[in-house]
Amino acid sequence: MGQPMNIFDVAGRAMSAQLLRLNTTASNLANAGGIAGSEAEAYRTMKPVFRTAYDKATGLATVDVAQVVTAGAAPTKRHDPSHPLADADGNVFEAAVDETRELVDMLETARNYQNNVEVMQAAKSLILDTLKLGR
Amino acid sequence: MALGDDIFGVHGTALALRSQRLGLLASNIANASTPGYKARDVDFSSALAAAERPGANVQAASDANTKFRVPLQPSLDGNTVELSTEQTLFAENAVAYQTTLAFLNGRISTLTRALKGE
Repeated sequence: MGQPMNIFDVAGRAMSAQLLRLNTTASNLANAGGIAGSEAEAYRTMKPVFRTAYDKATGLATVDVAQVVTAGAAPTKRHDPSHPLADADGNVFEAAVDETRELVDMLETARNYQNNVEVMQAAKSLILDTLKLGR
Repeated sequence: MALGDDIFGVHGTALALRSQRLGLLASNIANASTPGYKARDVDFSSALAAAERPGANVQAASDANTKFRVPLQPSLDGNTVELSTEQTLFAENAVAYQTTLAFLNGRISTLTRALKGE
């Protein structure tokens, strides 16, 4: 990025990062308890990896999502021969999504997103006031 | 010293520093959930004193007086952002920015009145 970072970049990129985190949380919750026929096919919890992005020219720092990784417990193996997705041994694999953790994560994400919105609103009104200087 | 400095006194420099600090506090709030991020802040009064010295520039004065925040309670992931602290300081800094704007506006209207001879 050639332009020096400003306060709108800081809050805006942080909002994008939090939104991505909210998307992964939504996927995790949607797939909680999902059944698959093999361990490899089973859904695993996704988590974004946040990384600070510094701007040397202005001293500001924002946050980016470096990557999205799978984390958490391995899928649970359950013996259920009557299940249509069961493998040759009669086992199915259930996605081990920690729903409590995901809900807590969702709340924290929403709070952080809101904080960034408020920062942006405050910065916007201060800049508009500065533009009206002397009028 | 430029003409603008004589007219506006300390307030021009103060506004630039307040703006710089607003950005730093916004950076801290943006990184509230980044593991390992260390919160930073400008020591406003010493930065202002440094920026007021002849030949000083605002960016260098603020960089030299930027320090890491000491957290009240360290967290396991190494992040030192405490949202309550950051949000309080952000609000305080925004109000101080507006106060500086009010001082500048007062100075400008005084000058305008003097020029118009009302």
